[in-house]
Amino acid sequence: MPIQFENVSHVYSAGTPYQYQALKGINLKIAEGKMTAVIGETGSGKSTLVQHLNALLLPDEGKIRILDRVIVAGEKPKKLKSLRGKVGLVFQFPEYQLFEETVIKDVAFGPKNFGVSEQEAVLKAKQALHLVGLGEEFFEKSPLELSGGQKRRVAIAGILAMDPKVLVLDEPTAGLDPAGTKMMMRLFERLNKEMHKTVLIVTHDMEQVFAYCDDVVIVADGKIRMHGPAKKFFEDSRLCKEMNILPPALIRTRDALNQNGFEIPSDIADIHALAKEIRKQVKRHG
Amino acid sequence: MAMIEVRDLVFSYNQQLGMTIDHVSFDVPEGSYTTIIGHNGSGKSTVAKLLAGLLEKASGSIKIDGLELNLENLAKIRSKIGIVFQNPDNQFIGATVEDDIAFGLENHNVPQGDMQGIIEHSAERVKMTKYLHQEPTRLSGGQKQRVAIAGVLAMKPKLLIFDEATAMLDPQGKDEIKKVIMDIHQETGLTVLSITHDIDEIAQADYVIALADGKVVATGSPEEIFLDEEKLKKIQLDVPFSMKLSAELEKLGIHTKKHITMEGLVEELCQYNSKM
Repeated sequence: MPIQFENVSHVYSAGTPYQYQALKGINLKIAEGKMTAVIGETGSGKSTLVQHLNALLLPDEGKIRILDRVIVAGEKPKKLKSLRGKVGLVFQFPEYQLFEETVIKDVAFGPKNFGVSEQEAVLKAKQALHLVGLGEEFFEKSPLELSGGQKRRVAIAGILAMDPKVLVLDEPTAGLDPAGTKMMMRLFERLNKEMHKTVLIVTHDMEQVFAYCDDVVIVADGKIRMHGPAKKFFEDSRLCKEMNILPPALIRTRDALNQNGFEIPSDIADIHALAKEIRKQVKRHG
Repeated sequence: MAMIEVRDLVFSYNQQLGMTIDHVSFDVPEGSYTTIIGHNGSGKSTVAKLLAGLLEKASGSIKIDGLELNLENLAKIRSKIGIVFQNPDNQFIGATVEDDIAFGLENHNVPQGDMQGIIEHSAERVKMTKYLHQEPTRLSGGQKQRVAIAGVLAMKPKLLIFDEATAMLDPQGKDEIKKVIMDIHQETGLTVLSITHDIDEIAQADYVIALADGKVVATGSPEEIFLDEEKLKKIQLDVPFSMKLSAELEKLGIHTKKHITMEGLVEELCQYNSKM
């Protein structure tokens, strides 16, 4: 069990007029090797939740187990650096944090900071840039010369260069074009399925959740509203409505067809299966 | 008449890296809702900045509302254009929503007596009247963008440009802003030029200009763009789910018309299935 939250609460600006409880007694277990979506409305607490994963925020109450570490409220956590090497956190719009003169230096900064030799750091940086699809022609460029999507990939490579076991991404595709989004999601899928990293993605994009994620965690008002298989969640139209979530186009199309006389079963998982089922039913009756 | 007339426009950030805008020509019809689409790095935002005179072209011509964009006309043209950018946090000046909307008016020496009415009217258009005395930092992303829109509306522009104005917002914020823009367009008849990746917004536009690698690769109605597979490949545009499903059905021998909305496709399929 690489990640476990036990009764975790977090309060911002405690003891001031702005005091705000963002997390209210969270209990959550994330299994190793899963790709999990963390969803919820703006202000629900989902970013606060994921920032506890590498101890960027500390719990005010409760306990968090991450890999072999335990973080307990009120105790000063030790060896945070080693935890942060194992749990890579990519913020929203990470491209604003690039600072080095060249792409390769920026990506090598992380591993170097974790005590790896210059030579090895550069090697790791090259591998990470390769993973995100940026070839040698980019290595010596200034990050400022790159497009928004390319900068985003450099920032993610900076985290991958540390070879984390757990990868946490806060809205990694916000603002990217459709091709960039697809490229990014396929990368995370590969990191999860082939390189066996545990991946958590904070997202508002239900098409991504449906197409790529095993599980979904719904955060509402600082609590876990639901945690379970993503496919199952989208079948629960009442919960979707309650959470103000528009189900993926596939589900909406299927439901619209069924309301108009089709009988398409609920286990249709992709567009090919949906098309086949439509053909069957059109032929049978046509 | 064209609100925007661009002819043979060329621009480069760095001559060694080649042309960012490579001999681009297009028209934006007056009163239309036009979208500019294209992948990241295609030159969309650069075009918006050139239109607003924030960047200087290398060659070619830009006419806005019949006026040639040059140093002499720049101030006049700027007063015709309202532009809203992507990041809601980068465009605030005032300490309150009201101050922020007033900023542009003060700059243009609008008499104090007229200001209040203009501010209230602009805030009402974007449904932010209740928030006039709030600090902008305390607003949600969608509310911030609405204030930004009110700020440009107060200047009574003839042309509104949105540079991915919904890209950084959550789904509710996106819907909010899309609706506000659509309502303003319909009620005021202002020309809207929106740079966007949003398929629904593109589908609702009157006219689409597609850029790839700094060139115009397609122009036309949303139907014309979405239905031309060759063009779609060049733009790397995602297509509506209904069209993907039509393509899958086609492979299985079921021919449907191409629909850009789900409702259209469902309706057609149900006709084939009318004996049910």
